[in-house]
Amino acid sequence: MINSIDPRIKRADLEGASGFGALAENENWIPFAVFHQDKRGERHEFVGTIHAPDPEMALLFAKEQYGRRKKTVNIWVVRSSDIFTFAHEDEDMFETVPEKKYREASGYPVRKYINKYLSEKDHE
Amino acid sequence: MYGSAFIDKDEKFVGTAEDEAQLLEVFEARIARGEKIEPDDWMPADYRKQLIRMIEQHAHSEIMGALPEGTWITRAPGFRRKLALIAKVQDEVGHGHLLYAAAETLGKSREDMVNDMISGKSKYSNIFNYPAKSWADIAVIGFLVDAGAIINQLLNAKGSYGPYCRALERICYEESFHLKQGYDAFVALGTGTPMQREMLQDALNRWWPPMMHFFGPSDKLSVHTERLMRWKVKMASNEDMRQEFIDQYVPKIWELDFTLPDPKLKKNEETGVWDYTEPDWDEFFRVINGDGPCNAERIAVRKYAEQHGRWVREALMSRTPVAHVTPFA
Repeated sequence: MINSIDPRIKRADLEGASGFGALAENENWIPFAVFHQDKRGERHEFVGTIHAPDPEMALLFAKEQYGRRKKTVNIWVVRSSDIFTFAHEDEDMFETVPEKKYREASGYPVRKYINKYLSEKDHE
Repeated sequence: MYGSAFIDKDEKFVGTAEDEAQLLEVFEARIARGEKIEPDDWMPADYRKQLIRMIEQHAHSEIMGALPEGTWITRAPGFRRKLALIAKVQDEVGHGHLLYAAAETLGKSREDMVNDMISGKSKYSNIFNYPAKSWADIAVIGFLVDAGAIINQLLNAKGSYGPYCRALERICYEESFHLKQGYDAFVALGTGTPMQREMLQDALNRWWPPMMHFFGPSDKLSVHTERLMRWKVKMASNEDMRQEFIDQYVPKIWELDFTLPDPKLKKNEETGVWDYTEPDWDEFFRVINGDGPCNAERIAVRKYAEQHGRWVREALMSRTPVAHVTPFA
């Protein structure tokens, strides 16, 4: 017999729940990834996962979990099973040449050639 | 790998001992460089096991911790305190969910974790097996228990497992509000009428022993502990965390002329280390193993909630058939 000092718990039929066995597999539903937008014009950012039975409920739970404190204008949810990814152990496949100046604006210093051209012209 | 990162928790390493030694070397080097481990990375079985145990217990503690506090929402003194307490309890339950999601990335399902808690197989923070008898208890919990939790969580947020660190980052942010509102309630009573001060002193007397138990017994120096620290699963020794807690918070309690029920509690000015009476570790283990003042009630309330929520879960689930996959972030 549980003798609680909490009046609400005293009123609840705790003994009636003593027979509760266990949660069934998937009783807590499936995970959804949540993407949060804090301002119009900003990107949605991945903030974490929640469990829900369907996208509609996932949005509702995501609002409670990720939208209750900080500024939120929009939320996306997507089933975790619908996200595809490379394995982290393959991260070396993103390695290319170490020198990537040729992909940057700063890799094309044309001014020095122009200056050279102009100074040679002056000496002619 | 493409598709969902399903992790079989019963996986056996397939490969030679030499392969495994090499993987371990890469794993340890990554941690030593300060990089995070992600769910799909190779990890030693013991690393996975310890993290599941730790994150799962942390999740249970958040949920169980909401019970003694939730009790006081209806009786909170005034509208502002009621709002604060509702927000705090909602945060704690939210933290539980964030942590279950982090533990889930290691391959144990949320249902398995909840089942292990209500069957008593997996533990939660021992301090929540004590009752909150008066409003002053809520002030002491909000101040001291949350302070202890922050010390532990800030350290763990610098650990090596990516999903756990990301969850803790958000949790720590919210916990700092919990601590501040707890301190506010503490100071309100502590600077109040003689009766309010008496109530707070009584709560301090009762919560001090479990608070000294909070970080656990001093670690035995073992190869196991040393390895968990090298893997950044355990970020500080129990005694170091306890010392930090005492050093930060005992002066705040003494400042308002309250006493703590330990005549030996004193800072050694030479070494900077606090002396205290060794806590009663027999009681600690007795309560952890089920024989505390509120263990039975806490478990019964969790079972009650699961039983009474079942029809809602089932009604929602019947709309769409679902197949579970382990999330990978």
